[in-house]
Amino acid sequence: MAGQTDSMVLNRLIEKFGDAVISTHSGFGDETALVRRERIVEICAFLRDDPDLLFDMAMDLTGVDYLGETPRFEVVYHLYSLAKKHRVRIKVRLHEEDPTIDSVIPVWVGMDWFEREAYDMYGIVFRNHPNLKRILLYEGFVGHPLRKDYPKAKRQPTVGPEE
Amino acid sequence: MTELAGTRKSGGKLDMQSEPVILNIGPSHPATHATLRFVAELDGETILTLTPEFGYLHRCFEKESENATWTQVIPYTDRLNYVSALMNNVGYVMAVEKLCGIEVTERCKYIRVLICELSRIIDHMVCIGTNMVDLGALTNFWYFWKPREEVYMHLIEPLTGTRLTNQYTRIGGLQWDLPEGWVEKCRDICRNVVLPAIADVNALLTKNRIFIERTMGAGPITAREAIARGFTGPCLRAAGVPFDLRKDQTYLVYDRFDFDVPIGGNGDTCDRYMVRMEEMRQSVRIIEQALDRLPGGPVNIDDTRYILPDKQLVYTNIEALMQHFKFIMEGIKVPAGEVYSATEAANGELGYYIVSKGGGGPYKIKVRPPCFPLFQGMPHLCEGQMIADLVAVLGSVNIIAGELDR
Repeated sequence: MAGQTDSMVLNRLIEKFGDAVISTHSGFGDETALVRRERIVEICAFLRDDPDLLFDMAMDLTGVDYLGETPRFEVVYHLYSLAKKHRVRIKVRLHEEDPTIDSVIPVWVGMDWFEREAYDMYGIVFRNHPNLKRILLYEGFVGHPLRKDYPKAKRQPTVGPEE
Repeated sequence: MTELAGTRKSGGKLDMQSEPVILNIGPSHPATHATLRFVAELDGETILTLTPEFGYLHRCFEKESENATWTQVIPYTDRLNYVSALMNNVGYVMAVEKLCGIEVTERCKYIRVLICELSRIIDHMVCIGTNMVDLGALTNFWYFWKPREEVYMHLIEPLTGTRLTNQYTRIGGLQWDLPEGWVEKCRDICRNVVLPAIADVNALLTKNRIFIERTMGAGPITAREAIARGFTGPCLRAAGVPFDLRKDQTYLVYDRFDFDVPIGGNGDTCDRYMVRMEEMRQSVRIIEQALDRLPGGPVNIDDTRYILPDKQLVYTNIEALMQHFKFIMEGIKVPAGEVYSATEAANGELGYYIVSKGGGGPYKIKVRPPCFPLFQGMPHLCEGQMIADLVAVLGSVNIIAGELDR
């Protein structure tokens, strides 16, 4: 469990979820919490609905590939509260063998395409996503190009649309 | 007739025993203004379902950035929203500066505000102009294209040396200072070109019954829905949410200027037009205040870790030459860490999430393009509406494929 911090948002999160918050930092003024993946939807719903936090806007979601580290992947959520005018970054680490996480579409419907993009680019699988397929690349593309072990110069033949 | 349209809207199902028509729009279509594609399922002229598709302009911005130095990324950012490239430059360098803990000079901040607001004006001009062309009102397009070209020709080109791909900002400052006479020219163009053009288009459209009836109610969205879908910028403000990063999480020197944030009520095409028109006037207000108070002094910070040494020194001094060489070959050294930095671009929140491992280049860059959630919201805006309104709505949310596909 992470210790107390100077940040109200992070303290609220630690208070409520205790062990599910693995670590926190406020580097460069960005409040960040690394949380357990099993409770991501619950944590996001709390962040959205708690009257002190009110993170009603999910601004961004992306993956990061820390090749060589374990766990290898990270999913990063950037949230903003219109009412409180504050931000928070939530991160979840995923193992290479099982890069799956629950979809947060039930909390913020706007995360749909962001999750598809993270799937497309990193191969992170979002459970319960209604339409998890490639978004920027075409169906039939092999691999996930933003993974660090995907060669930059690799070429693939483009294929026509699926029938 | 209205009753029939009502039943179609509420049900989302066919009201006659017939097969829906599948209509493909794009990727190469005059009204998409870029390579976007829609597959619309139609009942008569009503859209039952709309499936957007994109990625035709994907050019691996994020992958390329991971293999470039911090400074080499700046030209890539031009290609994101190529209608207001300078704003992407500013957003990117602000993110890197946040990571380095750099505080840029006062003059640099003012110049960045000036170029951002000029970009916002020309971006809105393109948006409204092309939106109106799609609806058959060609005159407005010309009325807005001329001032846009004047801004490019007399302000942005003399300043940056290029028209669309400016790459004008640098980490810790700017490429160079304003050229001589720029301030006067900028004031002159705002007063004698931009404002009259806004007044002209305003006179042509704002009370024009044909325009109002065509756009009112086309592609509406409620504030609640817009927030849940991650809308930002003029599209969110048109729905009645006064969210503007320049006010809410102020950056550069925006807190020193007096300006208003216009909002709409219905979140439809008409409101989006109204919000953009007012934002252009407010941008002119900001520009005029910034020109009045533009401070003197250097545009770059005095720190040789981030700023290239003076050219004269490079030719005459071995330390400066070595520094120049290392700067170009290895890139500047940015501390390890991660930041998310957001600015209010013309279309909404432009965010950069940057991870550094302390090398000469980024470990990861993720751009949060404002268009991405907007384009995602297209089915919500258009389903149940008429197919002809798709074109009106698409133009008014201002999708720029450069930043959508990256």
